[in-house]
Amino acid sequence: MKSFYWLVKREFWEHKGGFFWAPIVTGIVGLVLNVMMVITAEVMGRRYAGTNTHFHSNFDRAFDSKDLVAAGSVLDMTLYGVTFLLLGVMAIVVFFYCLGSLYDDRRDRSILFWKSLPLSDTGTVLSKAASAVVLAPVIAVVVGVIVGLVLVGFLAIVATFHGIPAWRLLMEAHPFRVVGTLIALLPLYAIWALPTLGWLMLCSAWARSKPFLWAIALPVGAGIIVSWFGLMGIFNRSTGWFWTNVVGRLLGSLVPGGWVGQNNELVIMPGHDDPASVLNALDLSYHYSALANPSLWVGAVAGIAMIAGAIWFRRWRDDS
Amino acid sequence: MTAVVTANGLSKRFKNTVALDGASFQIAAGRIVGLIGPNGAGKTTALKAILGLTTFDGQLSVLGLDPRKDRNKLMEQVCFIADVAVLPRWLRVRDAVDFVANTHPRFDRAKCDAFLARTKLQPQQKVKQLSKGMIVQLHLALVMSIDAKLLVLDEPTLGLDILYRKQFYQSLLEDYFDEEKTILVTTHQVEEIEHILTDLMFIRDGKIVLDTDMDSLGERFSEVLVNAEMAAAARELKPLDERQVFGKSIFLFDNVSRPQLERLGEVRRPSIGDLFVATMKGTYA
Repeated sequence: MKSFYWLVKREFWEHKGGFFWAPIVTGIVGLVLNVMMVITAEVMGRRYAGTNTHFHSNFDRAFDSKDLVAAGSVLDMTLYGVTFLLLGVMAIVVFFYCLGSLYDDRRDRSILFWKSLPLSDTGTVLSKAASAVVLAPVIAVVVGVIVGLVLVGFLAIVATFHGIPAWRLLMEAHPFRVVGTLIALLPLYAIWALPTLGWLMLCSAWARSKPFLWAIALPVGAGIIVSWFGLMGIFNRSTGWFWTNVVGRLLGSLVPGGWVGQNNELVIMPGHDDPASVLNALDLSYHYSALANPSLWVGAVAGIAMIAGAIWFRRWRDDS
Repeated sequence: MTAVVTANGLSKRFKNTVALDGASFQIAAGRIVGLIGPNGAGKTTALKAILGLTTFDGQLSVLGLDPRKDRNKLMEQVCFIADVAVLPRWLRVRDAVDFVANTHPRFDRAKCDAFLARTKLQPQQKVKQLSKGMIVQLHLALVMSIDAKLLVLDEPTLGLDILYRKQFYQSLLEDYFDEEKTILVTTHQVEEIEHILTDLMFIRDGKIVLDTDMDSLGERFSEVLVNAEMAAAARELKPLDERQVFGKSIFLFDNVSRPQLERLGEVRRPSIGDLFVATMKGTYA
């Protein structure tokens, strides 16, 4: 267990730029852009419409109709939005991290140093998997929540200039519920991401060179062959099914919230003018209904099998 | 004698070459063994087999364990430096020590700090900022602080200047080696390790062609400086090798009695380098 902690720490040392600084920089850039947008809007608004401007249609409507719940959900959405932006950046970082995770040290031969220590290959591979789908998302969520809260605070302050009381507005937001939901979604994310994680790590452990090309070319090539010859007809499935459920799951499962929309077709998404009901529809029980989706479990099993394959290649690949 | 490594009929084939061709040897505890061979003779493959880094045919026991099956357990007792520059470039000196200290049960941190204090290495430096010689100092400090039974060195001083090379072997002898430990080293710079070896193995085309300790080496092989008029007589004794220096011939003999040789000229102990060249004649032809 102690070794595992240090193995994960090693991954953090090596990839501090991607795991730690990338979300922070993205968060700061996002924050600055938002602040600039709001300031520009305020300035333009004042110049062309005098002082009687609208700040945010949802806020205005909420206060006009005394429906503060809607205003609070806008703040909740802001918090979710910022975090998902950072999780998106993290997904890109993790995609390339996985591709290099079992390949880079073979290329620069530093694997010979790591292999001179009494560390099991299983522990090594699992520590890299954990860094990808546990450590990186946790950091992204923490940074996302902090940046989101700063942005929410800023919006509330600006709102006071439009006659909306900041505290009454903030009291309508549910930061704890949002953070709780985000944390509760992390395990689901890790399970959902397994097929892509396993596939990329398998390619990384197996490829003698250019793991990126192999990882992309094999599934996409398979998809093209399946489309070309209409092979899915044998199973009474459309070609699109293969692209979504095989190619898509192998390459795209790191996208945060990839399960949304694939779960329960009975849930009808409300229009975006009603943020409160959108958030209510997307509650934890909706997300976790993904557990009833066979794609999640078949993908998870395939992912675990591919990670086992990566461990095997890590042990026996002999080319450094 | 307790054998640290016992190999029997070690074989390994690659697609179109034979790396190891039934090599058999034993390495006893408390020895410093040089495994010397031309490029492509199978040295590195033999070391990789011992370290459990590759598959092979035949029997191999390292500290009583099969390196294929019990690699994780074996690596607590076995250490290796596989040429310089295998430390990851992003690693900081401080983090390297922390990492090994927390993952290796036989690592002695105080020892390592003492070794590092003798160098110019700074804790916050990254490996990519270090010169090749300094990387080796770091790697050596880490490895020497591990109380391992077997240390395997594969070309550990390749590309280093002579100061670092001398210092490397001197540290190993003075601060690390004792009768509990065994060192197995391959290198092309034979002259530099000649005086520290206790045993010598020559490997050629995947086979061990010479396996001797340094004491019997002196008894078995002799080099004789022969004047031109005695050269014909010397050739009759079937020398391994003959070369000309300043009008005299130098003959290398295997197992010819010393009094017989002394009649021909001045007898001396051959250097490993000369013995190597004579043994490997025609390797690349």
